[in-house]
Amino acid sequence: QDTTFLSQEIPPVFLCFRDRKEWADLEPVPQDDGPNPVVKIAYSEKFSDVYDYFRALLKNDERSERAFALTSEAIELNAANYTVWHYRRVLLQALSKDLREEMRYITAIIEEQPKNYQVWHHRRMVVEWLNDPSEELEFIADILSQDAKNYHAWQHRQWVIQEYKLWDDELDFVENLLEEDVRNNSAWNQRHFVISHTSGFSDAMEREIQYCLYQIKKAPNNESAWNYLKGILQPLGLSAQPGLLERVLELKQTHCSPYLLAFLFDCYEDALENSKENVAEEEQQKTLKKALEICQLLAQEDTIRKEYWLFLGRSLKNKHGSSDPSDEPLADDPEPSVPVSEQQEMS
Amino acid sequence: MGTQVKDVIIKPDAPSTLLLDKHADYIAAYGSKKDDYEYTLSEYLRMSGIYWGLTVMDLMGQLPRMNRQEIIDFIKACQHECGGISASIGHDPHLLYTLSAVQILCLYDSVDALDVDKVVEYIKGLQQEDGSFAGDKWGEIDTRFSFCAVATLALLGKMDTINVDKAVEFVLSCMNFDGGFGCRPGSESHAGQIYCCSGFLSLTGQLHQVNADLLGWWLCERQLPSGGLNGRPEKLPDVCYSWWVLASLKIIGRIHWIDKAKLRSFILACQDEETGGFADRPGDMVDPFHTLFGVAGLSLLGDEQIKPVNPVLCMPEDVLQRINLQPDLLS
Repeated sequence: QDTTFLSQEIPPVFLCFRDRKEWADLEPVPQDDGPNPVVKIAYSEKFSDVYDYFRALLKNDERSERAFALTSEAIELNAANYTVWHYRRVLLQALSKDLREEMRYITAIIEEQPKNYQVWHHRRMVVEWLNDPSEELEFIADILSQDAKNYHAWQHRQWVIQEYKLWDDELDFVENLLEEDVRNNSAWNQRHFVISHTSGFSDAMEREIQYCLYQIKKAPNNESAWNYLKGILQPLGLSAQPGLLERVLELKQTHCSPYLLAFLFDCYEDALENSKENVAEEEQQKTLKKALEICQLLAQEDTIRKEYWLFLGRSLKNKHGSSDPSDEPLADDPEPSVPVSEQQEMS
Repeated sequence: MGTQVKDVIIKPDAPSTLLLDKHADYIAAYGSKKDDYEYTLSEYLRMSGIYWGLTVMDLMGQLPRMNRQEIIDFIKACQHECGGISASIGHDPHLLYTLSAVQILCLYDSVDALDVDKVVEYIKGLQQEDGSFAGDKWGEIDTRFSFCAVATLALLGKMDTINVDKAVEFVLSCMNFDGGFGCRPGSESHAGQIYCCSGFLSLTGQLHQVNADLLGWWLCERQLPSGGLNGRPEKLPDVCYSWWVLASLKIIGRIHWIDKAKLRSFILACQDEETGGFADRPGDMVDPFHTLFGVAGLSLLGDEQIKPVNPVLCMPEDVLQRINLQPDLLS
């Protein structure tokens, strides 16, 4: 008879540290909930066993292989416990452990628990000790393929690239991510990061504008693309870019969105702020009127941000409005949708 | 202008009234249940957990239900020789838990339970050459730690012991093209980091360096059709962002750009009518962290059943008035 299936059915049993004879010399330290504990809490047996022995090791500052092995158990039970990670690093150095093996270890841990500050910081320390970033970009790409916006992963990526000057392929990497998901705000941020640290934006401006408009045509309601476009143009001024207004007005016909309208407003505002002396008053007032119409439209369409749009309109009018008394006031919604206590907030 | 927006849908039977008594009962009982595995697992942040619980109880006028002396003794046992304070007994010191400990002691008017000079020395030792702060001796740099450092020092009245100008320089270097802030220079703008940086700039008297209109716009864009707030574009709403985003808006004087009524209904929908407490979004499991930020958010929105909360330090205003600490806000 085939009995192999029977032996496979028996799961491996965790032998408590208190039952292991090679640990018999150590006195486990129970959880201390403070001088006046309210209630002695019953934890899971394995958890309390492992952590009782962790505390004992820490208390004696034991620097041994068994201590190192126990940190793995402790981490498996609670990878957010930063004191365990500290101790593990002390042991890695004290015992001159194989750091390549540690890289394999931390890789596996991060794959399981990628949203944890401690695991990424630990990885960074090991990379620094090895002074070897060669696995990093591929590893981070793998983590990002599971969650393209993992904030820790992106921080680590920026650190590796900056520290070891690994800029060369990053713009391509960003473009691939944006092909997969054009709304990935982290990727747009990375794009800005790469360009600012490499070519800079002056020569790249036309290319970047085209890139943004192209992506916007694919997905018009994309906050990230519009924030990026505005962000790169802002230092020079939106109205300084020749032909930009016309391109956006053209886009308005087929790919309108609240973001496009907001951007148009910003263009008009910039034109008013930075108008040259030979621009006629009449021209200014036409620009103002167009800007105010946008605010009205947005206050009606994007009602959740109505207060913002009305504010924008009022400010612009106060700054650039003519003193013509026949000017109509900007129509506010006569029925406020916020509680009366807001009056106190605004003063 | 309709596209598929990443958001939640609030069910019609979601809670719509504020259940303060239930929340007070939930916090008072937290950690006293046997076999509470979640409580055990969160030992590594216990000091912050106590700060969340005490602060929300104080905001609800229920602080006397907590065990003051036990907590003060616990904090004393967590101060290490280097001056830093750990999350719990037997854990290593860290800036995060140093701030939480000092906040708790301010609530209890017992800052003298600590060796204050040693705390200051610990914080000073964590400032780097570029003005940034490490979280502990292992060197992780993050604008969260810049906030923890100045907030702790402000509460102790010892801000002049660090290089404030350099600290400001570092935080400003984390300002992004969209007006927001990340954890290090170049890091993506994130509402939690923005709160830390806005709070930092308030405490250091540098709010004029913020582009309030640009940042205010980015922050009010966090509001989704459900009324809830997310932390960055294309993410789901979470009640803790009712704090990070809302407090930031309050600090920069643009809180009226949020639809308050819609946000209030989202926050209320995050309550659990049976257990008390708030979850990150409607229907999920509650915890003390989200409970504090839900209640604090409602306070910022003007709910008169809750004590006024300070948007910079997330502590009751009356506590800060007692120690004469009134950080700047833009208007």
